[in-house]
Amino acid sequence: MGINDSDSASNRNPWAPVQFHANSQIPRAQRAAEPHSTGILLTQLNKLADWGRSGSLWPATFGLACCAIEMMSAASSRFDISRFGAEVFRASPRQADLMIVAGRVSVKMAPVVRQIYDQMPEPKWVLSMGACASSGGVFNNYAIVQGVDKVIPVDIFVPGCPPTPEMLLYGIEQLQEKIKKGIPNPPDPMAERLHK
Amino acid sequence: MASDIIKGLGTTLREFGRKPVTVSYPEQQRSLSPRFRGRHALHRYENGLERCVGCFLCAAACPADAIYIEPAENTPEQQVSAGERYSRIFDINLLRCIFCGYCENACPTGAITLTNQFELAAQWPEDMVYHKEQMLDAAGVADRGNAAEWYPQPPEETPQSIPERQGFFDGSGASAAAVGQGDLEARKEILLGSEFESKG
Repeated sequence: MGINDSDSASNRNPWAPVQFHANSQIPRAQRAAEPHSTGILLTQLNKLADWGRSGSLWPATFGLACCAIEMMSAASSRFDISRFGAEVFRASPRQADLMIVAGRVSVKMAPVVRQIYDQMPEPKWVLSMGACASSGGVFNNYAIVQGVDKVIPVDIFVPGCPPTPEMLLYGIEQLQEKIKKGIPNPPDPMAERLHK
Repeated sequence: MASDIIKGLGTTLREFGRKPVTVSYPEQQRSLSPRFRGRHALHRYENGLERCVGCFLCAAACPADAIYIEPAENTPEQQVSAGERYSRIFDINLLRCIFCGYCENACPTGAITLTNQFELAAQWPEDMVYHKEQMLDAAGVADRGNAAEWYPQPPEETPQSIPERQGFFDGSGASAAAVGQGDLEARKEILLGSEFESKG
């Protein structure tokens, strides 16, 4: 994970703060470029493919904490996530398109989340559900990753503790809009460490 | 064997005419509880001054440390709030926020309440940091948000005082009275009570 292979591992200050900004402030991220154009024919084909992809987002079966209860509730008949073509929670990441990170990601769980993300085939999207997955929430401590976007690129952030099923459905709707517009995934936060 | 099939078909027939329980969310919405806690709103007095006096009590009460405030002094030329200070910057990181409502409990002036707007999602985390401009009511709107849902209003025949919120003194009149601002005029007779009339 690039933690131990640093050349200055012995010189690192173990008490250095994990975060240099206030919790209420988030440093400005590097925004991705606009959707790229690949000519008239391919653009139209991409539009068709994106339309199809947005209508069948199969999530990976993956619940980390209490947000997963609301995620299951969204899949139940009252809210019925299958109206958006996302009802097939796949047990294998190789059959999934969407990763709903529902719950707090501990430092011990982060490599597992990353591995599941890596096992998902392209194109893939990540929805960060709830305060803990999005930013660490109330758990501002050494054990919880302060935002899963430090481990995997996150497409949509949904706030709430936990978000109601409607909030999750709204997030999925926004993700569908994003896919239909052809907006690419955000840059991979681990790219430099993994492909050094 | 045959009876099992008939039993199963009977279940199908019984459920056939039933109305589906699904709430098709984007088109139709589940009715929310009046105390539903969605994103925050900042309120104003009737005379247009902001209720927030930059006292940091909401930021102190916030268990997630999601509120960031930079106060500034009111000047006679630029009177923004009904107190000595106002919040020049008021940011809430909605990704940190757990929508517990402690901030509206802590607020002495009733400036911040949680609305029932829950449709929140963003592609970039910094888009979910809501600034004062996004949360403040428009000028001329004197709304108390869902405060009435949380704190039942006193009956009309109440002889004295305005335990507007929880039975103890609501600071909204006090901070406004400190600088002779706020909606003091509207409630002068309640604040000063019958003492004045008896003396006069």
